[in-house]
Amino acid sequence: MIKSFVVGTFEDEKVLFPAVKQVRKAGYKLHDVYTPYPVHGLDKAMGLRETSLHTAGFIYGLMGTMIAIGGMGWIFAVDWPLNFGGKPHFPLPAYIPITFELTVLLSGVGMVLTYCYLNQLMPGVKKHHFSPRATDDAFIMVLEMTAGSNEEEMKKFLADNGAIDINTQVAEEGWWFGRYDRDQKLYREKEVVA
Amino acid sequence: MDNRYVTPAAYKKSYMAFIGIGILTLILGFVFLNPFAGAHGDNVNSTRFWAVLVQNSTYWMLLVNVALFFIVISTLAQGGWNAAFRRVNEAITSVIPVMAIITFIILLCVVVGGRYDIYHWLDGEAVAHDELLNHKKGFLNAGVFLGFTFVVLFLWSYLGRKINKLSRESDEMGAMDFETSKKFNAQNLKFSAYYIVIYLLSVASILPWLWLMSIDPHWYSTMYSWYTFASTFVAGIAMLTLFVIYFKNQGQLEYVNKEHLQDLGKFMFAFSIFWTYLWFDQFMLIWYGNIPEETVYFKSRLQGPYKGLFYLNLIVNFILPFLLFMKAASKRNYALVTFVSIVIIFGHWIDFYQMVMPGTVYNNPHLSWFEFGIALGFVGVIMWGVNRFAVKTPMTALNDPFLKESIIHHV
Repeated sequence: MIKSFVVGTFEDEKVLFPAVKQVRKAGYKLHDVYTPYPVHGLDKAMGLRETSLHTAGFIYGLMGTMIAIGGMGWIFAVDWPLNFGGKPHFPLPAYIPITFELTVLLSGVGMVLTYCYLNQLMPGVKKHHFSPRATDDAFIMVLEMTAGSNEEEMKKFLADNGAIDINTQVAEEGWWFGRYDRDQKLYREKEVVA
Repeated sequence: MDNRYVTPAAYKKSYMAFIGIGILTLILGFVFLNPFAGAHGDNVNSTRFWAVLVQNSTYWMLLVNVALFFIVISTLAQGGWNAAFRRVNEAITSVIPVMAIITFIILLCVVVGGRYDIYHWLDGEAVAHDELLNHKKGFLNAGVFLGFTFVVLFLWSYLGRKINKLSRESDEMGAMDFETSKKFNAQNLKFSAYYIVIYLLSVASILPWLWLMSIDPHWYSTMYSWYTFASTFVAGIAMLTLFVIYFKNQGQLEYVNKEHLQDLGKFMFAFSIFWTYLWFDQFMLIWYGNIPEETVYFKSRLQGPYKGLFYLNLIVNFILPFLLFMKAASKRNYALVTFVSIVIIFGHWIDFYQMVMPGTVYNNPHLSWFEFGIALGFVGVIMWGVNRFAVKTPMTALNDPFLKESIIHHV
C-alpha cells in the first residue's frame, strides 16, 4: 500500500525523547522511529505494545517437543520396536537430548520466520529507507499521513520539537501474505505519557 | 536522612522463634535420637541425627556463601546493576563466619566422633580391607577433610569481612572522584580475584567431594561439584531475592525497582535450567552406560523410599520455575517472585536431602520434626545475622562508584 510520510531527522537522544512524547500527545500517527543503535526506554516512550514473538516461540518450541517425542516414540516403540542395549522400547532419558535439540531448532527457526513476517523482511526484498543517516548518526522519526492530516502542520510540529531536517516521502509498506492494506496494531492506546 | 532500618517486631519474633525451634529440636534430638549410640549404623535414629545436621549445615553454609560469590562475580565482571542492593549481599555475607563455625563444629563432631555411618571412609578397619578406599586413603582421611574444610571456611569468612569492610569504608569517603573510585575498584577487584580462586578450588571442585560425595565413597561423578554448585547458586539467589524484597518492603533500598527484580528472576530461571542440565547430564550418562558401580547411586534413589523425592526434586526445581518464570511479567511480580524463591529454597533443600540420606540412613528416611526443626533453626540464624548487619549499616551504599549504573539499570 502506498502511503505518504513526514520524516523528521533528530541529532540528539535528548531532543528525540520529548518529541516522541509530544507526538503521542498531539495525536499524530507515529509510523516508527529509526535509530542507529537500540535506545533504552524508547519503546516505552513510543508506547509500543509488547511483541508477541516470544509467545510464538513458545508454541513452536512446544511443537518441536511433541514432534520429537511423538516421532521417536512412534518409530521405536510402535512401528518398528528394536532392542538397543537392553533399554526399554520407550527410553525417555535417551530421547531428551534430541527432544531438546528439536525444541530449540523449531522455536529458533520459527521465530526467525515470524520475525521476518512481522517486519515484512525477506532476503532480496528492498525496503524503503527513509534516511541513510538512520544507520549512521541520526534518529529518524516518521509520521504517517492519514486522511485528515495536514502536511504543513505536521512539518511545523516537527520543526518546533527540534527536528533539523524535515521532508515528505511516499513509500510502499508491506508486501507479504496480504498485509498490504492491513494496519498493524503496534501501539497500545492506553497510558499516554504526558 | 532518616531511613535507618529498624527491626520490625514481627521479624524479631519470627527469627527468635525459629532459633528457639532449632535449639529445642536439637535438644529433643539429643534426648530422643541417641546421637551417641555409636556409629555401627544399627540405630537408625542415631545416624539420622548426624546426617540431618550434615545436610543442613552444608546446605545453608553454601547458600550463605553464594551472596559473597555474587558480589565477587559482579565485581570481576565490572557489573554495576546490582550496586543498589549490594548491601543485602553484604548482610548475608556477614553471616558466613557464624555459619562457618556451626558447620565446622558439626563436621568436627562427625569426623572426630568417627561416625563411619555418615562417612564410610572413617572406618579404618573397612578401609584396610577395601582396595578402592585404600586407594583413596591419601585424599579421603580425617586430616585432609578437616584441614581443607577449616582453611576454606576461614578464607571465606576472612575475605567476606574484608570485602564488606571495603564497602563500609566507602560510606565515610564521601562522593568519590575518578581517581578515588578507580583505587576503590582496584581494591575490590583484588580481593574478589583471591576469592574466586578459592571458590574454584572449594565449591566448584573439592568441597562437595569431601562433604557430600564421600558419603558414597565407592561411587564418583565428575559432574557432582558443578551439580552442587548449581543447586546452591540458584537457591542462594532465591534467598538473596527474598531479602531484597523484604528490605524493599521495609522502605529501604530506594533505588531497587522491578528492573532489578526481573534480573534476579532471570538468574533463578537460568540457573534452574542450568541445574537441570547438570542433573540430567549426570543421570543420563550413568543410566546409559549402565555400569553397576555407577548405577548403584541412582538405584537407591530411583527404587525404594526415595522414589517420590526423586521426582519431586525435578518438578519443584525445574518444571515449576521454568513454567512460572518464563514470562517477563511474572519476573516483575513481587508476590510471584517471593513464592517461587521460597519454593526453590525448599526444593534444593530436598535436593540436598536426597544427596545425603540414601547413603546414610538407607531405606529408613524420615522427613518429620527433626529435619524441619533443624532447617528452621538455620533459617533463624541467617535471619538473625542479616538483621544484625542491617541495623548497623545503611542499606544503600550511596558512594558506590557503580550506583548510578544501577539506578538507570533498564532491562
